[in-house]
Amino acid sequence: MIRVNDLRRSFGDLRAVDGLSLSIQKGEIYALVGPDGAGKTTTLRLLCGALQPDSGHIHLAGIDLQRQTEQARALIGYLPQRFSLYAELTVLENLRFFAEVRGLPAEEWHPRSSEILDFVGLGEFADRRAGLLSGGMKQKLGLAAALVHHPKILLLDEPTGGVDPVTRQNFWQLIIRLLRQDVAVLISTPYMDEASRCHRVGFLQYGRLLIEGAPSEIVSRLEGRVLELVGTPRRLLKQIASDDPQVQNAHSFGDRLHLRIAAGSAETVMRRLGSAIAAQAGSIERLRPVKPGLEDVFLDLLESAHAA
Amino acid sequence: MRNTRLFSLIRKEFIQIVRDPRTLYITFAIPVIQLFLLGYTATTDVRNVPLAVFDQNRSPASRQLLDAYRAADYFNLTFDLDSEDELSTLIDSGEARAGLIIPPDYSEKLLAGEKASVVFVLDGSDPNVAATSLAAAELIGQNHSTSILVERLEQRGLTDAFEPAVEVHSHVWYNPDMESAFFMVPAMIGMILQLLTSMLTATAIVRERERGTIEQLIVTPIRSWELILGKIIPYVALALFDMIEVLLVGTLWFGVPIRGSLGLLLALSGLFLLGSLGIGLVISTFAKTQQEATMLTYFTMLPTVFLSGFMFPLAAMPAILQGISYFIPLRYYLIIIRSILLKGVGAELITTEIIALAIYATVMMGIAALRFRKRLD
Ligand SMILES: Nc1ncnc2c1ncn2[C@@H]1O[C@H](COP(=O)(O)OP(=O)(O)O)[C@@H](O)[C@H]1O
Ligand SMILES: [Mg+2]
Repeated sequence: MIRVNDLRRSFGDLRAVDGLSLSIQKGEIYALVGPDGAGKTTTLRLLCGALQPDSGHIHLAGIDLQRQTEQARALIGYLPQRFSLYAELTVLENLRFFAEVRGLPAEEWHPRSSEILDFVGLGEFADRRAGLLSGGMKQKLGLAAALVHHPKILLLDEPTGGVDPVTRQNFWQLIIRLLRQDVAVLISTPYMDEASRCHRVGFLQYGRLLIEGAPSEIVSRLEGRVLELVGTPRRLLKQIASDDPQVQNAHSFGDRLHLRIAAGSAETVMRRLGSAIAAQAGSIERLRPVKPGLEDVFLDLLESAHAA
Repeated sequence: MRNTRLFSLIRKEFIQIVRDPRTLYITFAIPVIQLFLLGYTATTDVRNVPLAVFDQNRSPASRQLLDAYRAADYFNLTFDLDSEDELSTLIDSGEARAGLIIPPDYSEKLLAGEKASVVFVLDGSDPNVAATSLAAAELIGQNHSTSILVERLEQRGLTDAFEPAVEVHSHVWYNPDMESAFFMVPAMIGMILQLLTSMLTATAIVRERERGTIEQLIVTPIRSWELILGKIIPYVALALFDMIEVLLVGTLWFGVPIRGSLGLLLALSGLFLLGSLGIGLVISTFAKTQQEATMLTYFTMLPTVFLSGFMFPLAAMPAILQGISYFIPLRYYLIIIRSILLKGVGAELITTEIIALAIYATVMMGIAALRFRKRLD
């Protein structure tokens, strides 16, 4: 449904998107993950024709976006990163407006709006001004407006940014229900846990994809190479771990340390750390191999990218 | 077939206008407030100008002339002087804004059937006051002389000498536009129409960008021209409504006449508005924030205020500024609206101005259409 070929876009000297290629099937949800400034928003804007690419090709359901812009756009539902509906209009008025300009006939906009409001759970707020909604409700309204014309391609830019955990869950359930309708979803997110729920993940840095694949595939790169270490005092533990010759890296995740180690060295490293920490009067609560997460892989990639 | 998209855009814009207190205030309150402010500064300045009189004649004839000045309430005859030196002192100190010198032979000349002249001295520091006082002084002089002339005509049965017997001499400048509320109200309408429409359209479009709503609009099949029309139509409607509001206040409160065709005036105002909207559209393609748009609009208003003949008479300006004034649309609209309201002329006498406005509207809309893109960059 979405096919992107060697897409490039610069702002002055800054290469925001730098040779990006993507391919996303219908029924697939693809997460574009990356730190702030990686080029996620720029990519999505290029994909809906809000920005012109410097070079590269975009095909949406086989339609060339540059040549047949409006036909291609008709397939898209876009939820921008910033709230982009009219604060002065009510929830229903906003939906009506976007339904009408999207070409829904007069007799269709109302049932469709009710249906979609119920779908996102905003039914009882139909007459509230959009500007008065909470952050999570605004995002749901944004999604509703993006869905009003039955799009085949959904572009969601950090849809759960600034939204509480319950609403986040909610939002994901909505998206998963959409996939059953053969929609292709491209979602950008800074959250790894969200990314790991997607069919495929692409990690974006400086406008380039560092790695791409199914989450299970991606984490298998570090299989058996991550140790979890919990104990006190934390700073001492991190110091000792970093000094170990076979520990390549130590990162804190909340109260845990994740140690990336050389392949096949788990037993040796655990034994050596155990005695070194005991010798310096530290205490270990937990030290064991864990299944690597996407974070571990991305941090690894970032570091090797830096080293290179 | 009805264009649903355009219709939806217009309805959306009206809902936004109605629910936005700032727009409502700018649209409905500001014009009337400005009209009263400017209308009154213009009229009170012209009324009660302190006048110093040096009457060297002190005859019944000279007193008659002074009574006429007194009766016309443009002037307060505050000082009665005995020398010309006193007069210049009073004017220099600002206590008197104008002086009238009646020569010793004033009544003799009148009686001899010759042309009598008085000297009118002006404080030129405030061109507005100076222009209006002078115009008023001349008017009074002429009215007065006409009545004298009529008396004499009855006595002598003469028909040849209709030239005024009393002539006000002055060597300051001459302003053919007598700046009073009559002249200010039409000018205000022009100013308000231009400022309001260009500012409201510019900010309404920039607001879509500033608040990010443009991003959602971009992915809809709305065409650029629909987006432009969807902004133009609501604000033309608002501006015409405003114009009627200001015109009503002008006629009912300030007594400005409507001598010509109201339909013609509205039609030509619409033409003028298209150009102003064009300015707004062009500004919107440059400005990133609503504040920037407002600043830019005021910036375009500066030459308009100075070079349209709104505040300062064009005839008194250096040739180069007069040249530039031909590129100021309000210049033409002022001629049109003053001619229609005050002189009651029809379209055939103002064709040059109409053509100028049409060219201007076309050029502005053309630039706007070229620069306006349904994209973020
Ligand atoms: N309109 C713009 N003008 C100039 N620079 C921009 C513009 N939009 C984005 N950028 C720059 O491009 C880079 C990528 O930005 P963006 O796509 O917004 O990243 P992300 O969404 O991943 O945080 C950033 O360095 C950003 O500052
Ligand atoms: Mg972003």
